[in-house]
Parts: sequence; C-alpha cells; structure tokens
Amino acid sequence: MKIKLIGAICILVIVTIISCQDNGQIEYNRYFSSGNAVYQEHCQNCHGVKGEGLQGLIPPLTDSVFMKKNGQRLACFLNSGLKEKITVGGKEFEGEMPASGLSPVEIAEVLTYVTNSFGNNQGTVTVEKVNADLAKCN
Amino acid sequence: MKKLFYAAVLSFLSLTSCKFNNAETAKLPIYGNKQTETKTVNGKQVTDTIYQTIPAFKFVNQYGDTITDKSLDGKIYVADFFFTSCPNICPVMHRNMLPVYNEFKNNADFRIISHTIDPKYDTVPVLKKYADKLGVTGNTWWFLLGDKDQTYGIAKNYLVSVPGRTPDGQYVHDGYFILIDKQKRIRGTYLGTDEKEVEKMITDIKTLMAEPDQKSS
Repeated sequence: MKIKLIGAICILVIVTIISCQDNGQIEYNRYFSSGNAVYQEHCQNCHGVKGEGLQGLIPPLTDSVFMKKNGQRLACFLNSGLKEKITVGGKEFEGEMPASGLSPVEIAEVLTYVTNSFGNNQGTVTVEKVNADLAKCN
Repeated sequence: MKKLFYAAVLSFLSLTSCKFNNAETAKLPIYGNKQTETKTVNGKQVTDTIYQTIPAFKFVNQYGDTITDKSLDGKIYVADFFFTSCPNICPVMHRNMLPVYNEFKNNADFRIISHTIDPKYDTVPVLKKYADKLGVTGNTWWFLLGDKDQTYGIAKNYLVSVPGRTPDGQYVHDGYFILIDKQKRIRGTYLGTDEKEVEKMITDIKTLMAEPDQKSS
C-alpha cells in the first residue's frame, strides 16, 4: 500500500514536471512564431531576412554579445526608437531607428524571435519581463 | 534519295539559321508613349516611330557635382526614387541594388541614379554619408538632389509616381527600378523590392548592352 502511494506520488511529480516543461516550451513556441510574423512586418525590410542589416547603414542582429549586454534596453529601443551611436559586431552605427509602435506583448514576441534567431540563443522574453524593462527605460 | 538528302540539309540549315537569328536579335521592348511621324525622303513616304524619351534635367550628386541629362549621354542607366531616412522599402531596394552596382561598377557606360524625394533633409553631405555607408564609391552610382518639383516631374517621365506624404509624415512612393538605354528610352521597369525581378534586370542589362545600337562607341 505504502509503496503504491509513493509510486503514485512519484508519477504525479514526474508528470507535473514534464507538463510544466511542456508549458514552458509551448509558451516559447507561441512567442517565437508570433514574433516571426511581427519581425516580417515591422523589422525585416531594414534588418533583412537573416538579420544581416545593410552594410554600414543598418546594424545586423547577429551580435549575440550586444544582444546579451543590452538585454534590458532592447525593449526600450523598440518602444521609443534609438538615436545614439552604437557599436555592433565591431562596427559603429549612428543612424536613427524609429519607434516601432508595437505593444508590450508584440515587443516580447519579436524579442523572443530575434534573441533566438540569427545565432542568438537567449530563451523566452516574456511580456512580464518586457513590462519590467520598459518601466526602467530612461 | 539524293533529293531527300538535300531536303534534309536545307531544313537543317534553315532551322539553325532561325535559331542563330533569334540569338542575334534578342532585344528588350521599348516602353512609353509612341508617336509615328511620316516624312518625305527623296520623294518617298517614310514612317518613323518616335519613342518617349527622358527629357533634359539638372541635379546635384553626392559629391556636389552638377549632373545633367548630358552626363548620361552614351550611358545605359537605372533610375530609382528613395530618401535616406526611409524606414520601409528603401533599405530593401538598395540592398537589392547593390548586386547591380557590383556587377557593372567597372563598366564606364553604365550608371545608377537614385533621386531623393526628400531634398530638405537629404542634403549633399547626407547623401555622401549614405553612399559611404552603403559602400558606394566612384561615379557608377549617383545619389541626386534637386528641386522637389523637378524630381516629382521627372518621376512622371519614368512612369513612376511619388504621391507625397501620408498623415504620419512618411513619404509614399513605389519602389521601381527603371532601365534607360543610350537613346534615353525606357527599356524595362522592375520592382526593386523583389530580388527575383532585380536578378532579371541584371540579365536584361546584359541583353541591352549587346544590342547593336547600345554598344560602346
């Protein structure tokens, strides 16, 4: 009887863990595929199909170090645009990126897409994180 | 038997000569309005087709040099309309134009001209910086600045429209590349945002360059 109970609890725990992981995976997939659509509509013209940018005019999205270092500020860049000089992949860029006009959910989706494509691998950027990041923008 | 042989040879010859002729006369169409003009030459009535041509113009390029229609005499060229702060289709157009530039940059008879439709913001130094950052040097690709009315006027001659600003301050324009021959006639229009169409334009430029009245003088 005891063994059966322990066994049942073990199975329950395992199932919960697996389903929780699945929830995480499902959430990631949902963010990523919606983010892909947002990217195509709002970002791809300038940043390119492969996130390659355009020569010295538009920075590429392939610099994972830049992406990691500016993790919190990425949401701010999308929300209010970017005017300052930045160095990406060892190259200076000084053009202006207009504000995206995206909602926090869309920002979370597209950031999940971008920070897990083009050689980046940062996991899900949730809407909660984006809201927290946006609250810290200058 | 002999007859049959001759017939076979004859048909073979005519077939191959047809093929040969086709290759020799591969020509691009001529677009735009046409007019016919009938003249009397040596007592005979001769009818000529007059094609639409790009009229005289005067602009300034990214180096501050004056560029007129005369600067493009004896050149095959591609024209487009853009502005440097354009966030939508221009980056795609010029990403697609780069292979065209790289393919023909060493050909002295070829030019690309990109007219800015935002002369207020796109001054000569702004255009120069844009060219530098795009990796464009030398005189193959000119970024042209001019009076707004003149730019919009010449757009009509290239059969493209630049309707102006939308309520949120963006300029609307279509992203066509227009191919012009040495006689200043329109020989092709290609959607500059479509990589496939731009590839076709590169092929067409080579076809055009091989036409007898387009060869280097």
